[in-house]
Amino acid sequence: MAKLTFKTDNCKGCGLCVNACPKHLLRIAPDKINKKGHHPAEITDQEACIGCAFCATMCPDCIIKVER
Amino acid sequence: MADKVLMKGNEAIAEAALIAGCRHYFGYPITPQTEVAAYMAKRMPKIGGTFLQAESEIAAINMVYGVASAGYRVMTSSSSPGISLKGEGLSYLAGADLPALVVNVQRGGPGLGGIQPSQSDYFQATRGGGHGDYHMIVLAPASVQEMAELTVKGFELADKYRMTSMILADGTMGQMMEPVALDLDVQPAPEKPWATTGTKMAREHNIINSLSLVPEELEKFNFDRYERYKKVEENETRWEEYMMDDAEICIAAFGIAARVSKNAINQARKEGIKVGMIRPITLWPFPKAPFLASTAHVKQYISVELSMGQMIEDVRLATECKAPCTLVNRAGGMIPSPEQVLEAIRKANQNGGNN
Amino acid sequence: MVVFDKPHALIDVPLHYCPGCTHGIIHRLVAEVIDELGIEGRTIGIAPVGCSVMAYNYFNCDMIEAAHGRAPAVATGVKRADPENHVVFTYQGDGDLASIGMAETVHAAARNENITIIFINNAIYGMTGGQMAPTSLPGQVTQTSPYGRDPKVCGYPIKVCEMLSELEGPEYLERVTVNNVKNVKNAKRAIKKAFQNQIDGKGFSLVEVLSACPTNWGMTPEKALQWIDDKMIPYYPLGVYKDRSAEKEDK
Repeated sequence: MAKLTFKTDNCKGCGLCVNACPKHLLRIAPDKINKKGHHPAEITDQEACIGCAFCATMCPDCIIKVER
Repeated sequence: MADKVLMKGNEAIAEAALIAGCRHYFGYPITPQTEVAAYMAKRMPKIGGTFLQAESEIAAINMVYGVASAGYRVMTSSSSPGISLKGEGLSYLAGADLPALVVNVQRGGPGLGGIQPSQSDYFQATRGGGHGDYHMIVLAPASVQEMAELTVKGFELADKYRMTSMILADGTMGQMMEPVALDLDVQPAPEKPWATTGTKMAREHNIINSLSLVPEELEKFNFDRYERYKKVEENETRWEEYMMDDAEICIAAFGIAARVSKNAINQARKEGIKVGMIRPITLWPFPKAPFLASTAHVKQYISVELSMGQMIEDVRLATECKAPCTLVNRAGGMIPSPEQVLEAIRKANQNGGNN
Repeated sequence: MVVFDKPHALIDVPLHYCPGCTHGIIHRLVAEVIDELGIEGRTIGIAPVGCSVMAYNYFNCDMIEAAHGRAPAVATGVKRADPENHVVFTYQGDGDLASIGMAETVHAAARNENITIIFINNAIYGMTGGQMAPTSLPGQVTQTSPYGRDPKVCGYPIKVCEMLSELEGPEYLERVTVNNVKNVKNAKRAIKKAFQNQIDGKGFSLVEVLSACPTNWGMTPEKALQWIDDKMIPYYPLGVYKDRSAEKEDK
């Protein structure tokens, strides 16, 4: 199982990770707001993550750590 | 006393820079300073240094900015129109507190002007030359020997105060040949822990920068810089006094104008006129103290310049207008003659020192 | 096992760029390359004037902020100060490199100056709020071309890689982009080559990266990446424009 860790407070909610995920596991959290006032990205199903790191590759703010 | 060699002023600057440990020169051809570049082009490759003819004066001053950032002694040289192009870089050097030596062998202006000697970049040099609050240490040689000595001094002061030194010469100083003694004392460059030479993974990264978007910070940088400038004014102001002890008439002149004036003073003294001269060697910081002190006995000042009258404003400020100051000048590449200066001295004397 | 994390050469601070701006991806790629080549301790980066002016706050290596457009000249000085040890890169936008600094760019290339240039082409002036850039496309609406860039009035965009490829000087010129995972990986390969070339003493290496500016293009981040595919790549084709060493090997 892979594990994603988000540095949530640095997220700007741009959504580039959401589009990059081949398993469609990410979303911009509609009900959360971070310190910067953005809706941050989050993973909806950690179990299903394959750890491909596509999300982190496309993240302009380097907020995603990927472990496998 | 070492043997003297016969050299052009421009060559003396170049050789003195090498003696001072400068191994990086960047420039662009412009009359009347091109000999500096030619000399460097010949010598640098033989001693493992860098000579690079840049694509413009703008590029040259920014190459200087790069080498200075890395902590090495570095210089560029140019003449008036080229110095205007370097103005941007001069401001950035000041903003980033980088040491460098810049030589201006002045020619007549404005615009493309001419190629004959001039001192009409006095304002540009002493007020900084580019945008923002800053100064350069401005050194004004009046002989080929001083071209060499002040070049070494320029590097030392630049390193000591982390600012740009400018040699403000003119076409005659650059082109004239005189014997020079090159046994110059040189203080090696100090340690520069702020330089960007690579962290070696052993320290925090260094940043060379002139941007600060927080006004409180930028204000502090300016205040701190001017504290440093105050020290320069206290410690590094240089001038020569000539026959000033009993002088009632005082010539103010630098560079070639001072040499011309000396001839006139010698003649006037033969005629019994009590005239002397204060020759600023640093144009910034301007030798305010000796001018103010001289107001105790001087009744009339004469500023002799190769310009429409620029230093005269500093003379008036320094003397607090306690005595009148008149201008003797030529412009556009012309040089005042000793006769012209002598005539002004006689006229001042006839007025009893009062204009 | 950690398979992806922030590279060491990138300082752990929030970037000031707008949401979806791909400057951040390119910063990270440069930092990853610096890490992988083990050169952080001898690298000096030159930041431009423009959106990436504060890049000096983001890279862990020594950094210099240059005057607008002068980064290649500053880099020339830093490199020549210690050519054996210094690894020098500039990070410049299109206004900086292709407009006000064009002379410095062209002459550094002509001299085959042994430096690495990361050239960010997003077809707009971002920092000042979206004005026409030397690389803005014909018809592109910006604050200073409100009716669309009209080549009859303000000329045509400058294709930097194509133009420089006509010079004998440069070692390596490639145009890449970062608008999807595949392209990001390819961009990293190119950036790594541009640094490796310098380490190997091969000379001037420039990587042009087509980059997204969602804010000033007036698009969502997702649409901006699509715009690179639809509009930018047709005008600025990706690929290698010069690779002297590879050409030699071919012969």
